[in-house]
Amino acid sequence: METIRRNILQPIKDLWSLIVGLKVTGKYFAMKQVTVHYPRQVIDDENLKTYAGHIELVGKPKDPCMPRCISCQMCATSCPSGCIKVTKQKAPKPTPEQQKAMEEAKAKGEKVKKPAAPKNPAGFMLDYSLCSLCGTCVEVCPVKSLRFSNDIYLVGTSRDDFKFDLLERLRSQAEPRCDAPASKKQ
Amino acid sequence: MSSETVFQARVEDPIGGDFYARRFQQGCEENTLVLNMGPQHPSTHGVLRVILEVDGEYILRAEPVLGYLHRMHEKMGEVKSWYQFIPNMGRVDYGHPLAWNWAYVGAVEKLAGIEVPERAEYIRVITCELNRLASHLLWWGAYLLDLGAFTPILYAFDDREAILDILQRPTGSRLTYSSFRIGGVQMDLDDKAVQMIKDFIPYFRKRLPMYKDLVTDNIILRKRVEGIGEMSPDVVNRFGCTGPVARGSGINYDVRRNEPYSIYDRFDFEIPTEDTCCAAGRYLVRMEEMAQTLRILEQAVEGLEQAKGERIMEKAPKPNWKAPAGEAWFAVESGRGKVGVHVVSDGSKTPYRVKLRSPSYSNLSSFGEVAEGVLIADAVAILGSLDLIIPEIDR
Ligand code: SF4
Ligand code: SF4
Repeated sequence: METIRRNILQPIKDLWSLIVGLKVTGKYFAMKQVTVHYPRQVIDDENLKTYAGHIELVGKPKDPCMPRCISCQMCATSCPSGCIKVTKQKAPKPTPEQQKAMEEAKAKGEKVKKPAAPKNPAGFMLDYSLCSLCGTCVEVCPVKSLRFSNDIYLVGTSRDDFKFDLLERLRSQAEPRCDAPASKKQ
Repeated sequence: MSSETVFQARVEDPIGGDFYARRFQQGCEENTLVLNMGPQHPSTHGVLRVILEVDGEYILRAEPVLGYLHRMHEKMGEVKSWYQFIPNMGRVDYGHPLAWNWAYVGAVEKLAGIEVPERAEYIRVITCELNRLASHLLWWGAYLLDLGAFTPILYAFDDREAILDILQRPTGSRLTYSSFRIGGVQMDLDDKAVQMIKDFIPYFRKRLPMYKDLVTDNIILRKRVEGIGEMSPDVVNRFGCTGPVARGSGINYDVRRNEPYSIYDRFDFEIPTEDTCCAAGRYLVRMEEMAQTLRILEQAVEGLEQAKGERIMEKAPKPNWKAPAGEAWFAVESGRGKVGVHVVSDGSKTPYRVKLRSPSYSNLSSFGEVAEGVLIADAVAILGSLDLIIPEIDR
């Protein structure tokens, strides 16, 4: 009995397992393709909406060319990969009148009021080649000036292609509504 | 060099090679061959090298050589703040990153005594379990690819993509997640995502029998894995193997059951074990685990809906938050076994020490013993059945 089982029944069972497997393959062979032929074909944007790509700046509701950022440096300090560089604006040179007022105040022993630097950043660079997409910067920003873009089709031939000027990017995104392209000094 | 000196050099250093190969050579018997499997061998994923001493097709001795993927995660923990170390965790095990996320934030929460809101716990369970499915599918496809079957990986990736689509909603990424935060989770699971999970569970339940028909019952696979890589419970205990490797040797140990954490004690699920001790046992355990994970998911989604509208984050620590001095240990069950993080704090902004306990490292250490006396082709079947993720080994 054992010999019959081993030499006849078992091989039949083994063979049957192969046929069952082939049946599955055959069924799927006739079914619709599940792969996407990139780049001739791309997946729908619905899927991309939830993808958190590199970060980008959020414009002010009234002035989309100007980021909400207040150059507080929180994002740059908390970034684990050190890929954000925020440059603060310098305080403008006091005009002759202001200069005079300051000197007078100094002579009187009052508190000197220097012209304050504008809060928005002069430069905002992101080195995406270092970013680990952790989202820390987005979370810590006190004015919600950062968000994830869902840019996935990024290609470059060198690492430098992934150093983004986010201010520039914001401007180009808001372009139709920007009357005059903002200059660096602004 | 004259032919004489060449000959002399050969006698002194018969295989040339590096430190490891030379040291390994010393224990070799006469008339055997030292063979390197990897790091370029497809089954060693480009980053692991195994030195083998072979006699014909049979392996007499094997020794894994580590350190091809220097990452120094533990050391990096000492220079980054508590908060900044989270993204590192996603890179330790790219197959099941959320388990590592969880182990780290869990340890820090334990250290600082932070309670996690209930909804966040549910989200953690759901995302982590989905990730376990994705991890097992990746293993399933890659293992069969190692064994020479190409089609299964396409089936596995088809389903894995569906899971990644779901996971992308609450995490924003598809591979190296870093979405758990100290005190909660980064993003909520929205209704669409919950619906997607609800649709996915019955769909995947139907796929599992198909996997069984296609591969598990297939005689070709059975002949390749049954009785291969016998690993007795004694070996498992000595090397500290955990996860499906231990359960494939009949050891009923699962961190979710034996050292319950989070809300796992609320769910009704089984811990599958097999006592064949061979690669087939480990294979079957993982297949059964996928079915059990679906059960947990079902219950967790129900619980999540009851905790609707609650917050997902305890008061978030600031980036320059200082943890209280002390130490804590937290372990979770990942797709590969017990993932543990031990943090020591001296009360400063950065951890004093972060020690990671990774399952792949212990599982791989047993390879030297298990591979003794098997065929070279079976070594591939054994290595694959351990489900190794190399960054875990060189962490
Ligand atoms: S996502 Fe993380 S790594 Fe990337 S810029 Fe923000 S903080 Fe830095
Ligand atoms: S983006 Fe936000 S966090 Fe970064 S400097 Fe600007 S305001 Fe501060």
